[in-house]
Amino acid sequence: MATETHDTVAGVCVDAGGSALGMPQLCADWMPNQIFWLLVTLIAIYFVMSRIALPRIGAVLAERSGTITNDIAAAEELKNKAAEAEAAYDQALLDARAEAQKIVNAAKAEMQVALDVELQKADAQIAAKTAESEAAIGEIRAGSVKSVTAVAKDTAKALVVALGGTADAKTITAAVTARMKG
Amino acid sequence: MAEEKTGGLVFHPLDQFIVKPLFGDGAVSWYTPTNVTLWLGIALLCIVALFAIGSRGRAIVPTRVQSLGELAYGFIYKMVEDVCGKDGVKYFPYIMTLFVFILFSNYLALIPMSYSPTSMIAITAILGFGVFFAVTILGFVLNGPAFLGLFWMKDAPAILRPIIAVIEVISYFVRPVSHSIRLAGNIMAGHAVLKVFAGFAALTLVSPVAIVGIVAIYGLEILVCGIQAYVFTILTCVYLKDALHPAH
Repeated sequence: MATETHDTVAGVCVDAGGSALGMPQLCADWMPNQIFWLLVTLIAIYFVMSRIALPRIGAVLAERSGTITNDIAAAEELKNKAAEAEAAYDQALLDARAEAQKIVNAAKAEMQVALDVELQKADAQIAAKTAESEAAIGEIRAGSVKSVTAVAKDTAKALVVALGGTADAKTITAAVTARMKG
Repeated sequence: MAEEKTGGLVFHPLDQFIVKPLFGDGAVSWYTPTNVTLWLGIALLCIVALFAIGSRGRAIVPTRVQSLGELAYGFIYKMVEDVCGKDGVKYFPYIMTLFVFILFSNYLALIPMSYSPTSMIAITAILGFGVFFAVTILGFVLNGPAFLGLFWMKDAPAILRPIIAVIEVISYFVRPVSHSIRLAGNIMAGHAVLKVFAGFAALTLVSPVAIVGIVAIYGLEILVCGIQAYVFTILTCVYLKDALHPAH
Protein backbone atom coordinates (compact mmCIF):
# COMPACT_ATOMS: atom_id res chain seq x y z
CA MET A 1 0.00 0.00 0.00
CA ALA A 2 2.68 2.43 0.98
CA THR A 3 4.50 3.87 -1.99
CA GLU A 4 7.91 5.40 -2.26
CA THR A 5 6.66 8.98 -2.44
CA HIS A 6 4.38 8.63 0.51
CA ASP A 7 7.14 7.24 2.62
CA THR A 8 9.39 10.20 2.02
CA VAL A 9 6.63 12.72 2.76
CA ALA A 10 5.65 10.88 5.89
CA GLY A 11 6.48 12.73 9.02
CA VAL A 12 4.77 13.39 12.30
CA CYS A 13 1.52 14.31 10.62
CA VAL A 14 1.26 11.70 7.85
CA ASP A 15 1.11 7.93 8.25
CA ALA A 16 2.92 5.42 6.11
CA GLY A 17 -0.03 5.30 3.69
CA GLY A 18 0.14 9.03 2.98
CA SER A 19 -3.00 9.75 4.95
CA ALA A 20 -3.29 12.46 7.53
CA LEU A 21 -2.78 11.57 11.16
CA GLY A 22 -5.37 13.55 13.01
CA MET A 23 -6.19 16.98 11.67
CA PRO A 24 -3.63 18.42 9.23
CA GLN A 25 -4.75 21.83 10.51
CA LEU A 26 -3.17 21.08 13.88
CA CYS A 27 0.15 19.72 12.53
CA ALA A 28 2.75 22.03 14.06
CA ASP A 29 5.39 20.97 11.53
CA TRP A 30 3.51 22.64 8.69
CA MET A 31 2.52 25.84 10.42
CA PRO A 32 5.69 27.89 9.87
CA ASN A 33 5.48 27.15 6.16
CA GLN A 34 1.85 28.31 5.91
CA ILE A 35 2.48 31.39 8.00
CA PHE A 36 5.54 32.39 5.97
CA TRP A 37 3.78 32.07 2.62
CA LEU A 38 0.62 33.72 3.98
CA LEU A 39 2.65 36.76 5.06
CA VAL A 40 4.39 36.89 1.68
CA THR A 41 1.03 36.72 -0.10
CA LEU A 42 -0.65 39.28 2.16
CA ILE A 43 2.19 41.76 1.75
CA ALA A 44 2.12 41.26 -2.02
CA ILE A 45 -1.66 41.73 -2.13
CA TYR A 46 -1.39 44.80 0.10
CA PHE A 47 1.19 46.43 -2.16
CA VAL A 48 -0.72 45.63 -5.32
CA MET A 49 -3.94 46.95 -3.82
CA SER A 50 -2.67 50.04 -2.03
CA ARG A 51 -0.10 51.12 -4.62
CA ILE A 52 -1.77 50.23 -7.90
CA ALA A 53 -5.32 48.95 -7.83
CA LEU A 54 -7.13 51.00 -5.18
CA PRO A 55 -5.81 54.47 -6.16
CA ARG A 56 -6.57 53.68 -9.78
CA ILE A 57 -10.10 52.43 -9.11
CA GLY A 58 -10.72 55.32 -6.70
CA ALA A 59 -9.55 57.81 -9.33
CA VAL A 60 -11.74 56.21 -11.98
CA LEU A 61 -14.78 56.30 -9.68
CA ALA A 62 -14.12 59.93 -8.74
CA GLU A 63 -13.60 60.87 -12.36
CA ARG A 64 -16.79 59.09 -13.34
CA SER A 65 -18.87 60.79 -10.67
CA GLY A 66 -17.33 64.13 -11.75
CA THR A 67 -18.18 63.44 -15.37
CA ILE A 68 -21.70 62.44 -14.46
CA THR A 69 -22.16 65.60 -12.36
CA ASN A 70 -20.84 67.76 -15.20
CA ASP A 71 -23.03 66.03 -17.74
CA ILE A 72 -26.08 66.47 -15.54
CA ALA A 73 -25.27 70.17 -15.12
CA ALA A 74 -24.82 70.56 -18.88
CA ALA A 75 -28.08 68.74 -19.50
CA GLU A 76 -29.80 71.03 -17.00
CA GLU A 77 -28.45 74.06 -18.81
CA LEU A 78 -29.57 72.76 -22.19
CA LYS A 79 -32.97 72.01 -20.75
CA ASN A 80 -33.27 75.58 -19.46
CA LYS A 81 -32.25 76.88 -22.87
CA ALA A 82 -34.85 74.71 -24.54
CA ALA A 83 -37.50 75.98 -22.12
CA GLU A 84 -36.49 79.56 -22.92
CA ALA A 85 -36.67 78.90 -26.63
CA GLU A 86 -40.07 77.33 -26.22
CA ALA A 87 -41.33 80.34 -24.25
CA ALA A 88 -40.02 82.68 -26.96
CA TYR A 89 -41.71 80.58 -29.61
CA ASP A 90 -45.01 80.62 -27.70
CA GLN A 91 -44.76 84.40 -27.29
CA ALA A 92 -44.10 84.87 -30.99
CA LEU A 93 -47.07 82.66 -31.80
CA LEU A 94 -49.33 84.69 -29.48
CA ASP A 95 -48.10 87.97 -31.00
CA ALA A 96 -48.71 86.71 -34.50
CA ARG A 97 -52.21 85.60 -33.58
CA ALA A 98 -53.02 88.99 -32.02
CA GLU A 99 -51.66 90.76 -35.12
CA ALA A 100 -53.77 88.60 -37.38
CA GLN A 101 -56.84 89.27 -35.26
CA LYS A 102 -56.20 93.01 -35.49
CA ILE A 103 -55.88 92.86 -39.28
CA VAL A 104 -59.06 90.82 -39.55
CA ASN A 105 -60.97 93.30 -37.36
CA ALA A 106 -59.71 96.30 -39.36
CA ALA A 107 -60.70 94.67 -42.64
CA LYS A 108 -64.11 93.82 -41.22
CA ALA A 109 -64.68 97.43 -40.09
CA GLU A 110 -63.62 98.79 -43.47
CA MET A 111 -65.93 96.42 -45.25
CA GLN A 112 -68.77 97.35 -42.91
CA VAL A 113 -68.34 101.05 -43.71
CA ALA A 114 -68.33 100.41 -47.46
CA LEU A 115 -71.32 98.13 -47.08
CA ASP A 116 -73.25 100.75 -45.12
CA VAL A 117 -72.58 103.36 -47.78
CA GLU A 118 -73.71 101.03 -50.56
CA LEU A 119 -76.78 100.00 -48.59
CA GLN A 120 -77.80 103.65 -48.06
CA LYS A 121 -77.30 104.38 -51.72
CA ALA A 122 -79.38 101.38 -52.67
CA ASP A 123 -82.07 102.33 -50.14
CA ALA A 124 -82.24 105.84 -51.59
CA GLN A 125 -82.51 104.48 -55.11
CA ILE A 126 -85.21 102.07 -54.05
CA ALA A 127 -87.13 104.87 -52.31
CA ALA A 128 -86.90 107.07 -55.41
CA LYS A 129 -88.10 104.29 -57.64
CA THR A 130 -90.97 103.51 -55.24
CA ALA A 131 -92.08 107.14 -55.16
CA GLU A 132 -91.96 107.33 -58.94
CA SER A 133 -94.01 104.18 -59.27
CA GLU A 134 -96.54 105.37 -56.69
CA ALA A 135 -97.00 108.64 -58.59
CA ALA A 136 -97.54 106.72 -61.81
CA ILE A 137 -100.02 104.41 -60.13
CA GLY A 138 -101.93 107.42 -58.68
CA GLU A 139 -102.11 109.02 -62.09
CA ILE A 140 -103.36 105.81 -63.62
CA ARG A 141 -105.92 105.44 -60.85
CA ALA A 142 -107.18 109.01 -61.23
CA GLY A 143 -107.38 108.57 -65.01
CA SER A 144 -109.33 105.36 -64.62
CA VAL A 145 -111.92 106.94 -62.24
CA LYS A 146 -112.44 109.78 -64.67
CA SER A 147 -112.96 107.34 -67.54
CA VAL A 148 -115.40 105.26 -65.54
CA THR A 149 -117.47 108.38 -64.78
CA ALA A 150 -117.49 109.43 -68.43
CA VAL A 151 -118.44 105.92 -69.56
CA ALA A 152 -121.21 105.74 -66.94
CA LYS A 153 -122.68 109.15 -68.03
CA ASP A 154 -122.57 108.18 -71.65
CA THR A 155 -124.13 104.79 -70.95
CA ALA A 156 -126.80 106.35 -68.80
CA LYS A 157 -127.57 108.96 -71.45
CA ALA A 158 -127.77 106.29 -74.13
CA LEU A 159 -130.05 104.16 -71.92
CA VAL A 160 -132.37 107.07 -71.22
CA VAL A 161 -132.54 107.89 -74.93
CA ALA A 162 -133.14 104.29 -75.83
CA LEU A 163 -135.99 104.08 -73.31
CA GLY A 164 -137.58 107.09 -75.04
CA GLY A 165 -136.82 109.72 -72.49
CA THR A 166 -135.12 113.01 -72.97
CA ALA A 167 -131.66 113.06 -71.79
CA ASP A 168 -131.18 115.96 -69.53
CA ALA A 169 -127.43 116.16 -69.20
CA LYS A 170 -127.52 117.89 -65.85
CA THR A 171 -129.83 115.45 -64.14
CA ILE A 172 -127.97 112.42 -65.49
CA THR A 173 -124.63 113.75 -64.37
CA ALA A 174 -125.99 114.39 -60.88
CA ALA A 175 -127.49 110.91 -60.70
CA VAL A 176 -124.39 109.19 -61.91
CA THR A 177 -122.24 111.14 -59.51
CA ALA A 178 -124.56 110.21 -56.64
CA ARG A 179 -124.38 106.51 -57.65
CA MET A 180 -120.62 106.58 -57.95
CA LYS A 181 -120.37 107.84 -54.40
CA GLY A 182 -122.79 105.18 -53.17
CA MET B 1 -9.22 6.78 9.53
CA ALA B 2 -12.07 4.50 8.54
CA GLU B 3 -10.97 2.27 5.75
CA GLU B 4 -13.19 -0.58 4.62
CA LYS B 5 -11.39 -2.93 2.29
CA THR B 6 -14.54 -4.95 1.67
CA GLY B 7 -16.65 -2.28 -0.02
CA GLY B 8 -13.68 -0.49 -1.53
CA LEU B 9 -14.92 2.44 0.50
CA VAL B 10 -12.10 4.76 1.52
CA PHE B 11 -12.67 7.77 3.72
CA HIS B 12 -9.86 10.25 4.00
CA PRO B 13 -11.81 13.49 4.23
CA LEU B 14 -8.91 15.35 5.82
CA ASP B 15 -6.20 14.25 3.39
CA GLN B 16 -7.07 17.20 1.17
CA PHE B 17 -5.56 19.49 3.80
CA ILE B 18 -2.13 17.79 3.85
CA VAL B 19 0.71 20.18 3.06
CA LYS B 20 3.00 18.77 0.35
CA PRO B 21 6.14 20.21 -1.18
CA LEU B 22 5.65 21.28 -4.78
CA PHE B 23 9.03 20.10 -6.03
CA GLY B 24 10.38 16.73 -5.01
CA ASP B 25 9.77 15.14 -1.68
CA GLY B 26 11.13 15.90 1.67
CA ALA B 27 10.45 17.71 4.84
CA VAL B 28 8.35 20.86 4.81
CA SER B 29 10.49 23.62 6.23
CA TRP B 30 9.27 27.20 6.62
CA TYR B 31 10.44 28.35 3.18
CA THR B 32 9.57 25.24 1.12
CA PRO B 33 7.24 26.04 -1.80
CA THR B 34 4.24 23.81 -1.10
CA ASN B 35 0.71 23.35 -2.36
CA VAL B 36 -0.22 26.11 0.09
CA THR B 37 2.24 28.40 -1.70
CA LEU B 38 0.79 27.40 -5.06
CA TRP B 39 -2.81 28.25 -4.17
CA LEU B 40 -1.87 31.41 -2.29
CA GLY B 41 0.04 32.40 -5.43
CA ILE B 42 -2.93 31.63 -7.66
CA ALA B 43 -5.13 33.76 -5.39
CA LEU B 44 -2.57 36.58 -5.67
CA LEU B 45 -2.53 36.27 -9.47
CA CYS B 46 -6.33 36.35 -9.64
CA ILE B 47 -6.41 39.44 -7.43
CA VAL B 48 -3.78 41.15 -9.58
CA ALA B 49 -5.71 40.19 -12.71
CA LEU B 50 -9.02 41.48 -11.41
CA PHE B 51 -7.95 44.66 -9.64
CA ALA B 52 -4.70 45.79 -11.27
CA ILE B 53 -4.91 44.47 -14.83
CA GLY B 54 -8.70 44.77 -15.00
CA SER B 55 -8.59 48.46 -14.13
CA ARG B 56 -5.62 49.17 -16.42
CA GLY B 57 -7.81 50.93 -18.99
CA ARG B 58 -9.05 53.45 -16.38
CA ALA B 59 -12.19 53.54 -18.47
CA ILE B 60 -14.98 55.93 -17.55
CA VAL B 61 -17.32 53.37 -19.06
CA PRO B 62 -15.85 50.25 -17.44
CA THR B 63 -15.17 46.89 -19.00
CA ARG B 64 -16.74 43.86 -17.35
CA VAL B 65 -13.63 43.00 -15.33
CA GLN B 66 -13.13 46.60 -14.28
CA SER B 67 -16.73 46.93 -13.16
CA LEU B 68 -16.34 43.79 -11.03
CA GLY B 69 -13.32 45.36 -9.37
CA GLU B 70 -15.22 48.59 -8.88
CA LEU B 71 -18.11 46.65 -7.38
CA ALA B 72 -15.83 45.05 -4.77
CA TYR B 73 -14.14 48.41 -4.12
CA GLY B 74 -17.46 50.17 -3.62
CA PHE B 75 -18.82 47.38 -1.45
CA ILE B 76 -15.91 47.35 0.99
CA TYR B 77 -15.43 51.12 0.89
CA LYS B 78 -19.05 51.67 1.86
CA MET B 79 -18.79 49.01 4.57
CA VAL B 80 -15.73 50.66 6.12
CA GLU B 81 -17.32 54.10 5.88
CA ASP B 82 -20.63 52.95 7.37
CA VAL B 83 -19.17 50.92 10.23
CA CYS B 84 -16.02 52.86 11.16
CA GLY B 85 -17.03 56.35 10.08
CA LYS B 86 -15.10 58.84 7.96
CA ASP B 87 -11.87 58.48 9.95
CA GLY B 88 -11.85 54.74 9.31
CA VAL B 89 -11.45 55.26 5.58
CA LYS B 90 -7.65 55.49 5.82
CA TYR B 91 -7.57 51.84 6.92
CA PHE B 92 -9.58 50.83 3.88
CA PRO B 93 -6.59 49.31 1.97
CA TYR B 94 -5.87 46.92 4.85
CA ILE B 95 -9.46 45.78 5.11
CA MET B 96 -9.72 45.47 1.35
CA THR B 97 -6.57 43.31 1.39
CA LEU B 98 -8.10 41.01 3.99
CA PHE B 99 -11.39 40.80 2.14
CA VAL B 100 -10.03 39.99 -1.30
CA PHE B 101 -7.55 37.50 0.14
CA ILE B 102 -10.23 35.57 2.03
CA LEU B 103 -12.74 35.83 -0.78
CA PHE B 104 -10.37 34.54 -3.44
CA SER B 105 -8.88 31.83 -1.22
CA ASN B 106 -12.39 30.61 -0.36
CA TYR B 107 -13.64 30.53 -3.92
CA LEU B 108 -10.47 29.08 -5.45
CA ALA B 109 -10.71 26.29 -2.86
CA LEU B 110 -14.01 25.27 -4.43
CA ILE B 111 -12.20 24.17 -7.59
CA PRO B 112 -11.89 20.37 -7.43
CA MET B 113 -8.38 19.15 -6.51
CA SER B 114 -7.47 22.61 -5.23
CA TYR B 115 -6.14 23.47 -1.80
CA SER B 116 -7.98 25.67 0.68
CA PRO B 117 -5.58 27.88 2.65
CA THR B 118 -8.43 29.51 4.61
CA SER B 119 -9.30 26.12 6.12
CA MET B 120 -5.94 26.07 7.92
CA ILE B 121 -6.16 27.35 11.47
CA ALA B 122 -2.56 28.61 11.29
CA ILE B 123 -3.50 30.93 8.45
CA THR B 124 -6.79 32.21 9.85
CA ALA B 125 -5.19 32.59 13.29
CA ILE B 126 -2.56 34.88 11.78
CA LEU B 127 -5.35 36.89 10.17
CA GLY B 128 -7.51 36.95 13.31
CA PHE B 129 -4.73 37.69 15.77
CA GLY B 130 -3.22 40.15 13.31
CA VAL B 131 -6.48 42.09 13.34
CA PHE B 132 -6.68 41.78 17.13
CA PHE B 133 -3.18 43.10 17.82
CA ALA B 134 -3.39 45.79 15.16
CA VAL B 135 -6.71 47.05 16.52
CA THR B 136 -5.59 46.91 20.16
CA ILE B 137 -2.32 48.75 19.48
CA LEU B 138 -4.14 51.26 17.31
CA GLY B 139 -6.69 51.81 20.07
CA PHE B 140 -4.00 52.61 22.64
CA VAL B 141 -2.00 54.76 20.21
CA LEU B 142 -5.02 56.84 19.20
CA ASN B 143 -6.81 57.07 22.56
CA GLY B 144 -4.13 56.35 25.18
CA PRO B 145 -5.52 54.93 28.44
CA ALA B 146 -8.96 56.19 27.41
CA PHE B 147 -9.11 53.09 25.22
CA LEU B 148 -9.84 51.12 28.40
CA GLY B 149 -13.16 53.01 28.52
CA LEU B 150 -14.26 50.39 26.02
CA PHE B 151 -14.67 48.01 28.96
CA TRP B 152 -16.29 50.48 31.35
CA MET B 153 -19.99 50.92 30.59
CA LYS B 154 -20.93 54.42 31.68
CA ASP B 155 -24.66 53.90 31.09
CA ALA B 156 -24.83 50.79 33.30
CA PRO B 157 -25.78 50.98 36.99
CA ALA B 158 -22.69 51.55 39.16
CA ILE B 159 -22.92 48.14 40.85
CA LEU B 160 -23.02 46.29 37.56
CA ARG B 161 -20.12 48.16 35.98
CA PRO B 162 -17.27 46.01 37.36
CA ILE B 163 -19.10 42.79 36.45
CA ILE B 164 -19.78 44.06 32.94
CA ALA B 165 -16.14 45.13 32.71
CA VAL B 166 -14.99 41.59 33.47
CA ILE B 167 -17.37 40.15 30.86
CA GLU B 168 -16.28 42.76 28.34
CA VAL B 169 -12.59 41.96 28.89
CA ILE B 170 -13.20 38.24 28.47
CA SER B 171 -15.25 38.79 25.32
CA TYR B 172 -12.55 41.12 23.99
CA PHE B 173 -9.88 38.45 24.35
CA VAL B 174 -12.12 35.75 22.88
CA ARG B 175 -12.61 37.85 19.75
CA PRO B 176 -9.48 36.75 17.83
CA VAL B 177 -10.15 33.09 18.65
CA SER B 178 -13.73 33.15 17.42
CA HIS B 179 -12.72 35.39 14.54
CA SER B 180 -10.19 32.88 13.20
CA ILE B 181 -11.89 29.60 14.13
CA ARG B 182 -15.16 30.73 12.53
CA LEU B 183 -13.49 31.07 9.15
CA ALA B 184 -11.29 27.98 9.31
CA GLY B 185 -14.06 25.85 10.80
CA ASN B 186 -16.61 26.78 8.15
CA ILE B 187 -14.30 26.14 5.24
CA MET B 188 -12.79 22.95 6.68
CA ALA B 189 -16.17 21.48 7.61
CA GLY B 190 -17.60 22.18 4.20
CA HIS B 191 -14.71 20.60 2.37
CA ALA B 192 -14.61 17.58 4.67
CA VAL B 193 -18.35 16.98 4.17
CA LEU B 194 -17.90 17.25 0.40
CA LYS B 195 -15.14 14.65 0.64
CA VAL B 196 -17.28 12.29 2.74
CA PHE B 197 -20.11 12.50 0.20
CA ALA B 198 -17.58 11.90 -2.57
CA GLY B 199 -16.41 8.79 -0.71
CA PHE B 200 -19.98 7.46 -0.63
CA ALA B 201 -20.32 8.09 -4.36
CA ALA B 202 -18.06 5.06 -4.91
CA LEU B 203 -20.89 2.81 -3.69
CA THR B 204 -23.18 2.06 -6.64
CA LEU B 205 -26.25 1.80 -4.46
CA VAL B 206 -26.05 5.20 -2.83
CA SER B 207 -24.07 7.06 -5.46
CA PRO B 208 -27.08 9.02 -6.87
CA VAL B 209 -27.91 10.24 -3.38
CA ALA B 210 -24.25 11.01 -2.73
CA ILE B 211 -23.89 12.97 -5.94
CA VAL B 212 -27.06 14.98 -5.27
CA GLY B 213 -25.64 15.56 -1.79
CA ILE B 214 -22.35 16.80 -3.25
CA VAL B 215 -24.22 19.22 -5.51
CA ALA B 216 -26.30 20.51 -2.60
CA ILE B 217 -23.31 20.92 -0.27
CA TYR B 218 -21.33 22.56 -3.06
CA GLY B 219 -24.14 25.08 -3.53
CA LEU B 220 -24.15 25.72 0.19
CA GLU B 221 -20.36 26.13 0.14
CA ILE B 222 -20.64 28.78 -2.56
CA LEU B 223 -22.81 30.75 -0.17
CA VAL B 224 -20.58 30.03 2.83
CA CYS B 225 -17.43 31.20 1.02
CA GLY B 226 -18.93 34.61 0.26
CA ILE B 227 -20.59 34.96 3.64
CA GLN B 228 -17.48 34.03 5.61
CA ALA B 229 -15.37 36.54 3.71
CA TYR B 230 -18.04 39.16 4.37
CA VAL B 231 -18.37 38.24 8.06
CA PHE B 232 -14.62 38.32 8.64
CA THR B 233 -14.38 41.73 6.98
CA ILE B 234 -17.32 43.34 8.72
CA LEU B 235 -16.14 42.05 12.12
CA THR B 236 -12.75 43.56 11.38
CA CYS B 237 -14.54 46.85 10.69
CA VAL B 238 -16.48 46.57 13.96
CA TYR B 239 -13.28 45.92 15.94
CA LEU B 240 -11.60 48.82 14.17
CA LYS B 241 -14.53 51.05 15.10
CA ASP B 242 -13.95 50.13 18.76
CA ALA B 243 -10.34 51.26 18.43
CA LEU B 244 -11.32 54.52 16.75
CA HIS B 245 -14.27 55.36 19.01
CA PRO B 246 -13.87 53.37 22.25
CA ALA B 247 -16.57 55.27 24.14
CA HIS B 248 -19.83 53.36 24.12
